[in-house]
Amino acid sequence: MEPYLAVVIGLLVAAAVYLMTDRHMVRMLFGVALLGTAVNLVVFVSGDVLRGLPPLIAVDATTPNGEVANALPQALVLTAIVIGFGLFSFALALVFKTAQRFGTADVDQLGAAEPTADSKFSPVDGSKDGAAERKRAA
Amino acid sequence: MTTTKPDRYDVWVMATVAISLAGFVVGLTWIPGIAASDFPTVDWPWVEGLGIDLAFRVDGLSLLFVLLITGVGVPVLGYAAAYASDGAKRRRLCLLLFAFLLAMLGLVTADDLITLFVFWEATTVISYLLIGFDHEREAARRSALQGLLVTAAGGLALLAGLVLLGAEAGTFRLSELPAALADTDPSDLTLSLVLILCGCFTKSAQLPFHFWLPNAMAAPTPVSAYLHSATMVKAGIYLMARVHPVYSDHELWFPVLTVVGAATAVWASIQALRQTDLKLMLAHTTVMALGTLTMFLGSSSPVAVAAAATFIVVHALYKSTLFLVIGVIDRRTGTRDRRLVSGLSSVLPMTAIAAFAGAFSMAGFPPFLGFIGKELKYEGALAIAEEPGLVIVAAVAANAMMVAIALAVSVRSFLGQPSDVDAGTPPPRLMVAVPLFLGLCGLIFGLAPSLIGETIVQPAATAVLGMPAEIKLALWHGVNLPLLLSIVTVVLGIGLYFWLDRITLGLDRIGARLPVSGDRIYDAVLHTTLDGAKRLTSVVQGGRLPVYIGLSFAAVGLALLVGAVGDEAETWSAIRLEPLEPWEIASLALLAVGAALAIAGRRRLTALCGLAAVGVGTTLVFLMHGAVDVAVTQFMVEALIVVFVAAVIPKIPPFESIRRSVRERVARGLLAAFVGLGATLALLRLAPPVDRTITSFYEQMSVPEAFGRNVVNVILVDFRALDTLGEVAVVVIAAFGAFALLRGRRFSRGAE
Repeated sequence: MEPYLAVVIGLLVAAAVYLMTDRHMVRMLFGVALLGTAVNLVVFVSGDVLRGLPPLIAVDATTPNGEVANALPQALVLTAIVIGFGLFSFALALVFKTAQRFGTADVDQLGAAEPTADSKFSPVDGSKDGAAERKRAA
Repeated sequence: MTTTKPDRYDVWVMATVAISLAGFVVGLTWIPGIAASDFPTVDWPWVEGLGIDLAFRVDGLSLLFVLLITGVGVPVLGYAAAYASDGAKRRRLCLLLFAFLLAMLGLVTADDLITLFVFWEATTVISYLLIGFDHEREAARRSALQGLLVTAAGGLALLAGLVLLGAEAGTFRLSELPAALADTDPSDLTLSLVLILCGCFTKSAQLPFHFWLPNAMAAPTPVSAYLHSATMVKAGIYLMARVHPVYSDHELWFPVLTVVGAATAVWASIQALRQTDLKLMLAHTTVMALGTLTMFLGSSSPVAVAAAATFIVVHALYKSTLFLVIGVIDRRTGTRDRRLVSGLSSVLPMTAIAAFAGAFSMAGFPPFLGFIGKELKYEGALAIAEEPGLVIVAAVAANAMMVAIALAVSVRSFLGQPSDVDAGTPPPRLMVAVPLFLGLCGLIFGLAPSLIGETIVQPAATAVLGMPAEIKLALWHGVNLPLLLSIVTVVLGIGLYFWLDRITLGLDRIGARLPVSGDRIYDAVLHTTLDGAKRLTSVVQGGRLPVYIGLSFAAVGLALLVGAVGDEAETWSAIRLEPLEPWEIASLALLAVGAALAIAGRRRLTALCGLAAVGVGTTLVFLMHGAVDVAVTQFMVEALIVVFVAAVIPKIPPFESIRRSVRERVARGLLAAFVGLGATLALLRLAPPVDRTITSFYEQMSVPEAFGRNVVNVILVDFRALDTLGEVAVVVIAAFGAFALLRGRRFSRGAE
């Protein structure tokens, strides 16, 4: 299973990189989510990947019976999933708010932090030129 | 008038002079001890772990420089006090000069390679401040920066060389180096030799780094006299003399030093003839003197080394005299153009005496000290067995031009028809007295050479050679080859002097046509560097987020690939491809299809479906490999993400709102493939045997310690409970943050 998973994880990473270098904020966000998933799988694979048998202990025993899945990476991945979820949700809220405020989802158009020659919005009057404002005025 | 008088006797200025004088006297008291090989030493631990100490040791060579630094320093400080126009400048000038004097003393007495380097850099920095003393002038600022960059670049090379040398020897003590390296193969020292010479050549203005020194003449005259003629530029010479016992057997030492030194001496003399500014003329002759010293230090012949040691003293005396004389001329007439000044002896009689004393010493006329120096130089040149021809020709040519320049500075400026240039003010008496004193020193030592011969020069030569050297300085050596060469030199020099104006014109014409000059190369290098930095910055810091992310990923991909490739092939053959169960194929296919949909989905919802498919595929992988809890969590999170995104998506502009060029997409695709490949290869390299020590600890302790039968849960809520608490806190903070972001319709600002 590991070699196949390695290839699929490579695919996920490639998709994540492709999406994260996009200019659309939502696609970047999707890339972040995919990358998180890929990394979780990497952590999972770095333990043993065994078919079946969760790390549970029978009622009449004090240790797991026979060969069970590695509990440690599972615990780590579980934590990572939840943290990743928190990150994703907050980032989504940020993206949503930004798109609302500036009327665009294109990161190149958001020149507030580092204005470049082709950015529409300057840090000073960024909100005043925003499409949302324009829409409101109209 | 009443306000300037107390200024001249400023307590700070007086203190610098007094301390320097005390240093000189202390140096004098060391002479008998050092002659008897009883060297004063100081040793303070500094960086004990690295074997670096603040160690100082004064041997013959150090003493020569100590006496030179303080002996020339005291008069120059006095001159500077008289030279500066107002109190604030005077104090700044004198304190900087004094700081420089201290740094220089530290440099020449340091017995630890790193300590030496620290003082070396200190002289570089203080030199920067002194060249740029008149910081209102742009030329001064440029020259200061140029001097700093050239010498500091050499300093970096020097540091590398010193560390290499110390590592090779196993000690950073200069005094222990020759013994520690006695059995070392010279070829192991080549790199450190080249690096150290880079430092010495930049500091002492050897070709091809000579250009900064004449530019450094933007400094006030006392600074030029002190730093850029008598002391700092000799730091490179000092270091070459200091490492002479270590490297003189190296096959590169002799040819490099001899050729570079000879080329520098001749080239600088020619440049000097080109100048019409008296100060620049002297600056070039300083480069010439440094070249001569380098040339002689290439040899291990006692006479050549003695010639170098003597010439250090000779040069310091006459060159500081002449620089200070020119400061007086400048002050009195308002010009330094040698074509404009003449007949000054009527207005500046005392300065004229100083000028003649200095110039005759420079020209090597008896009975001045310069004559002894020059005789010794010729004797040394003849004693250099390997290449006497080159050295003699270079020495005679350079000296003949020296004679011409000396005559130009003295005879041309002070005799003849008084010129009507009278734009300046009469100089203070101290400014006249100091060069007179220094010039007369040259005469006194010339008449009584034993004053410096056995006391200073001989111990210095002994230290350089690493064995006792017998050196007797005398005015009259009898009729011999050096004397004949001297006569040839004087005749040639006088001839050059009478043709000087034509030579200057001719050289100027040739010089203007030269395609390259050090200055131009410096400018080109500086511009290219700054330009390259700007361009690099505009690429990597272009203000575009996708580029930043892409570059970061490129680095990650490179690291993954480098980590994965280049190891032994066995690990690759260890990969086992087992047949897959149908449900395994299904989960893998779901992951792959989901990833493809997430990329290719043109509509926002399609891409979201791809994301969800990846989530479900991951869930399946977890579920089927014994990770039930993880699978449940993943599934819930995935569902929530889909709900959140679906709720928000309609209010965000569609993907098609952004136009992406084909080129951009291809570049991103290549980058993605690169990083993905790196991830796959790195994962394939993970060796199967997994260390389960920690896992089995948890499995053993789960029931007895935590009374739980689901090991994963026990880890999360018991063994690593604080981690989980932190995780919960993160989610809560994220929720609060999102709530705060989404609560208001918009931020109110200003008038709203």
